[in-house]
Amino acid sequence: MSTIENRVVNVIAQQLGVKPEDVKPDSSFIDDLGADSLDTVELVMALEEEFDAEIPDSDAEHMTTVQKAIDYIKKISTDA
Amino acid sequence: MRRVVVTGMGMLTPLGLNVKDTWAGVLAGKSGARPIESFDVSQYSTQFSASVRGFDPEVYLNSKEARKVDVFVQFAVAASMQAMEDSGLEVTDANRDRIGVAIGSGIGGLPSIEKNYTTILNSGPKRISPFFIPGTIINMAAGYISILKGLRGPTISVVTACTTSAHNIGQAMRMIAYGDADVMLAGGSEMSLCPSGLGGFAAMRALSTRNDAPEKASRPWDRDRDGFVLGDGAGVLVLEEYEYAKKRGAKIYAELAGFGMSSDAYHISAPDPTGSGFMRCMQNALNDAKLPLDAVDYINAHGTSTPKGDELEAMSIKNLFGAHAYKLAVSSTKSMTGHLLGAAGAVEAIFSILALQDQVLPPTINLDNPDEGCDLNFVAHKPQQRAVKTVLSNSFGFGGTNGSLIFTALKS
Repeated sequence: MSTIENRVVNVIAQQLGVKPEDVKPDSSFIDDLGADSLDTVELVMALEEEFDAEIPDSDAEHMTTVQKAIDYIKKISTDA
Repeated sequence: MRRVVVTGMGMLTPLGLNVKDTWAGVLAGKSGARPIESFDVSQYSTQFSASVRGFDPEVYLNSKEARKVDVFVQFAVAASMQAMEDSGLEVTDANRDRIGVAIGSGIGGLPSIEKNYTTILNSGPKRISPFFIPGTIINMAAGYISILKGLRGPTISVVTACTTSAHNIGQAMRMIAYGDADVMLAGGSEMSLCPSGLGGFAAMRALSTRNDAPEKASRPWDRDRDGFVLGDGAGVLVLEEYEYAKKRGAKIYAELAGFGMSSDAYHISAPDPTGSGFMRCMQNALNDAKLPLDAVDYINAHGTSTPKGDELEAMSIKNLFGAHAYKLAVSSTKSMTGHLLGAAGAVEAIFSILALQDQVLPPTINLDNPDEGCDLNFVAHKPQQRAVKTVLSNSFGFGGTNGSLIFTALKS
């Protein structure tokens, strides 16, 4: 796994109080990892902090699974 | 009228992380006051507090649940879970709609408010946590345990400064008596030790500044008292309708026999110098319990160690009880726990119940030289073994709001 993937998984695990090994690429934050709407807001903030990025709400609302978050972070990291 | 009894008790205090350890500390006359180490206090006139030590929220909550709420909510959950376990009450689909919660806080989530405001200043409004508001509002002290345990009766949080707990317990009693619920978790929680909390009370000149000897700082009725000691913690009682408790074979600690309220209508922080508010409050509780003045064996006083408050409480007891004031005993456990503000009334209600249970009166420590007019039996220094049937617990708060609770040994 690349560094970005590891870092995203660790942020998710820490924010949602789950084990990193339970954070699978196709895991849905709400359906599989027990997040509620406020958890997902805070998760996006934690990703912003980790990657020193600003994620607009319009992008954040599509970020519903682990893979989607990884892809998004990779995309903005490449763009930068 | 439906009778209300106490079937469970839980607490976190500067003297211990549960009822047993705290009560042992009280009977040993220990002080919970220590120098503050959680932030730099070098610029503050008061540099010590009576704080809960060694609390691990993850004993009661998982890390995600704990992180969402301010410490006072975590404290409320911890004390509630202890009390529920102690009561042996099992929450089922058959009873959960009849179990409610009345737990408040005097101050609420000041540490998180401070933290999030600092975030706004340093990083801008977009960095505010989505849990800031739900994690700091005072009624989350009641709401969170309701959510965690599936308690679907009424949840309320009465907020009346240092009378918060007494009023929540009293209102919960009324709700059971009236029929809104069969069981209520009732009490208060407080954790306001942060720069603005300490600084705010210090600005009122309300706190003791005895920085060289924190353990000697809380000294109710002593001539050298100089203010209260800021404390934190939580206390929760399980209150239950008598027949309901009897039917399920619950262990019954005491009956909550009376509740009285009054207001000073005098000043935002100073007590009415005539003591009228204090006297009417105690009298109202006695009327509610249908007990004569001379039934009271012990008063757990508000006794915060402030110059005016202690003197007025002693005067009010003398004026209300007359000759009987010299026969009953009065003590202030705040001499040991410090002032737990919105949690004080519940923690002191539990001490009052334990006095009944163990037939022993908790002491007032540091009472070396009783002040002029302070000539009652204040149980100075050491506990006193004594026959106790009826106890009264006083709480008085900023805003001139008063509450008194009366507990009696259960009459069979």
